[in-house]
Amino acid sequence: MVIKLQSEPINAGEEINTFLASNSNSGGVATFVGQVRDFQEQGAGESTCVSALELEHYPGMTEKELERISAEAQKRWTLDAALVIHRHGRMNPGDAIVLVCAAAAHRGDSFSACEFIMDRLKTQAPFWKREHSSTDSSWVVARERDDARAKRWEKVD
Amino acid sequence: MSITVLYFAWVKEKVGIGEEQLSPPDNVKTISDFIAWLETQSPGHASAFSDKSQIRIALDQLHVPFDTDIGDAKEIAFFPPVTGGAW
Repeated sequence: MVIKLQSEPINAGEEINTFLASNSNSGGVATFVGQVRDFQEQGAGESTCVSALELEHYPGMTEKELERISAEAQKRWTLDAALVIHRHGRMNPGDAIVLVCAAAAHRGDSFSACEFIMDRLKTQAPFWKREHSSTDSSWVVARERDDARAKRWEKVD
Repeated sequence: MSITVLYFAWVKEKVGIGEEQLSPPDNVKTISDFIAWLETQSPGHASAFSDKSQIRIALDQLHVPFDTDIGDAKEIAFFPPVTGGAW
């Protein structure tokens, strides 16, 4: 289980290659990359341009929460390794904001663990997005559908 | 009881500071009691907590509900629902 929190850009290709090399005996490796979007949903199909994203977090708790989520994933599925890298600070559209890799003997475990880590992270890890456009900036509002996605995993318990 | 209080995102903007050391009175037992007391501290505090459905709490860096006893906790944090990860 490796957790990294960084303000520097995430080089997803390089990180994934390193992860693959160190888990070359795993039959299935699932990877997920979340990228900064260049638009902001305004509801009713409307959107405005986003020029930059700022991500605030709770130093100390963020690391602990990511550790807790990864440990929970390891308890639920048989994993050889997992990697979570999350960026904070200011970033640009197209930048990777989060990278999750899960390695397992079989694809089912790696797919499920990767999705579980992302869903939990969205509703548990203390990060807050602020989107900047050419005219103003605003805090991103949490969405109910993210809670619903995270709740799906409770049924498994 | 002295406790480190942290605020994040728009809660921090409304309160006006990110961190303060506070000693609430003895009748403050739960987080809800603590918030009620905080609201009397300044107009900024009152405005930050005006809609409690938009407030989340961590006690010693663990997510907890409003009715949790503060006990001997060293750190309490107030923030909006989290919005990290991907879209």
